[in-house]
Amino acid sequence: MDILTWTYILVGLSFALYIGIAIYTRAGSTKEFYTAGGGVSPLANGMATAADWMSAASFISMAGIIAFSGYDGSVYLMGWTGGYVLLAMLLAPYLRKFGKFTVPDFVGDRYYSNKARVVAVFCALFISFTYVAGQMRGVGIVFSRYLEVEIELGVIIGMTIVFFYAVLGGMKGITYTQVAQYCVLIFAFMVPAIFISIQLTGNPVPQLGLGGTVQDGSYLLDKLDGILLDLGFHEYTSGRKSVTDIFAITLALMVGTAGLPHVIVRFFTVPRVKDARLSAGYALVFIAILYTTAPAVAAFGIYNAIDTVAGKPVDELPVWVENWQKTNLIVVDDLNQDGVVQYLADPDKNELTVDKDIMVLAAPEIAELPNWVVGLVAAGGMAAALSTAAGLLLVISTSVSRDLFRTFVPQMTEKTELIIARVSAAVAVIIAGYFGINPPGFVAEVVAFAFGLAAASFFPVIIMGIFSTKMNKEGAIVGMVSGLVFTLAYIIYFKFINPEANVSENWWFGISPEGIGSLGMLINFVSCFIVSKFTPAPPEDVQEMIQDIRVPRGAGKAQDH
Amino acid sequence: MPTQKEQMKKYWKRNIRTVLILLSVWFLVSFGFGIILAEPLNAIRIGGYKLGFWFAQQGSIFTFVVLIFVYVYRMNKLDEEFDVNEK
Repeated sequence: MDILTWTYILVGLSFALYIGIAIYTRAGSTKEFYTAGGGVSPLANGMATAADWMSAASFISMAGIIAFSGYDGSVYLMGWTGGYVLLAMLLAPYLRKFGKFTVPDFVGDRYYSNKARVVAVFCALFISFTYVAGQMRGVGIVFSRYLEVEIELGVIIGMTIVFFYAVLGGMKGITYTQVAQYCVLIFAFMVPAIFISIQLTGNPVPQLGLGGTVQDGSYLLDKLDGILLDLGFHEYTSGRKSVTDIFAITLALMVGTAGLPHVIVRFFTVPRVKDARLSAGYALVFIAILYTTAPAVAAFGIYNAIDTVAGKPVDELPVWVENWQKTNLIVVDDLNQDGVVQYLADPDKNELTVDKDIMVLAAPEIAELPNWVVGLVAAGGMAAALSTAAGLLLVISTSVSRDLFRTFVPQMTEKTELIIARVSAAVAVIIAGYFGINPPGFVAEVVAFAFGLAAASFFPVIIMGIFSTKMNKEGAIVGMVSGLVFTLAYIIYFKFINPEANVSENWWFGISPEGIGSLGMLINFVSCFIVSKFTPAPPEDVQEMIQDIRVPRGAGKAQDH
Repeated sequence: MPTQKEQMKKYWKRNIRTVLILLSVWFLVSFGFGIILAEPLNAIRIGGYKLGFWFAQQGSIFTFVVLIFVYVYRMNKLDEEFDVNEK
């Protein structure tokens, strides 16, 4: 069977599975809609968290980014995994004990203030919307590349699927679909990685293959360093960015991960505090499988690309290069007309341009794997994008129905709240789809900044809310607003107002806009600390509540007000 | 018999200590070995890996996983010791 048929079959089967699960597990109450009734096992929740967390960017683009940035790509590897350590030790168990449904719930109750709650809702919506638009775009791109349909149609099909199970199933439906999506995506990522590792290094474990030797007996990484230096590029295993900037970006990504509402909310779905801790551990195991394989895929990919294309005659290139040239993901342009492909760091002489996404998307073809593997990778990319989109849509709908409507119309019935939650999920799907079809030019960039914003807004107030009994509402509001405004201003200035100035000489302390969230977080911490010293301490009952969430015993299922 | 309040204070202190120890390892393997000390550590090799590079792209992630499970184990013990575990 040809690639297209296999892709249709595998993507179709996976969609049928997701819809089947959604129908079987649809939510009947607000509790089921928000937190799956609080009865998800830690293992299942770990898997669902991993799928929720790993987006189209992790699946499709990350390996490619590392391939072209080498050591500097480590910021994503450490940043997007290290946050789970913070989550497990500083947030998840306490928020689970707190036992409500959303992050703004916690902020509003802990800081006894609807103002703080509304600020938190605003942050949650802003972060989630920027993030979800990128996912919808990802769905569209996978559709258009593999199924040969228009991006627009691809986005609409993706929207329909997500609409179906997020709106119908709520958290309960999403959780069990994500478990299935995790299995699809990890299988799809690992199969080509293992085969390429065997072909290149003879070692079936990509993590070991990366440190292994290639045919001529020299180490892969050494060889890569040498080749890249010869071509005028930077060495693969050492960094170009300054140590300060690498430090700041990694920290912003770690803390941002721990502050992302769609990740935090997953820990409300397990029955007990100890399950929340364990579940964070499982989640990181499932994430680490992909995240330790990705750097291997990256190095294998760039090595293969250079080895099979660079310096070869233009009319003798491998078949996969021809196939992917149609999509413009690989561009070969014989500038000096010598019939040979020159791959060089000098942009005036370079004749080979490779898009970062190709490292994963074309991996099965590069390794000459059977056609069904190509279809599998398509289904995997789709699973990664859909699972993250669904998690984000849930946060958006919950924020609207619970944090906004419930706060200002407290007398509404559960049935009304459920309808509002579903309607807002539906509206959010449509808005996200719109941005997927007509992406504002800055979507890709903004997604990366969602982390900085989460780091600068949520993380400090949640930490202070748990670890300090004296932190009060004045401090929290000033902290969130100052952290957010500072980070946003810095990013907007360097990215949109004055992009020419976006060079390291102009950055504060040498920190790029990608890493500025760490400074925003610091500002948040400092300003909330200072303000709280000069304003009244929180009331007695709030201080008691803090004492209570610090102790595991007595955590019931997620409670309503 | 110490009062319940004192017990809880002690529990919290022990909890904070556990977390601080584990987080210093977290900091050491990622920001320490993987970033600040990456350059000098790259002089040391294990197989085909330079050590600093290995910590940045593999070692830190493996350590993170271990840290969370150590935390889970230690906290479950602590909860039991102070009789605040969930039935």
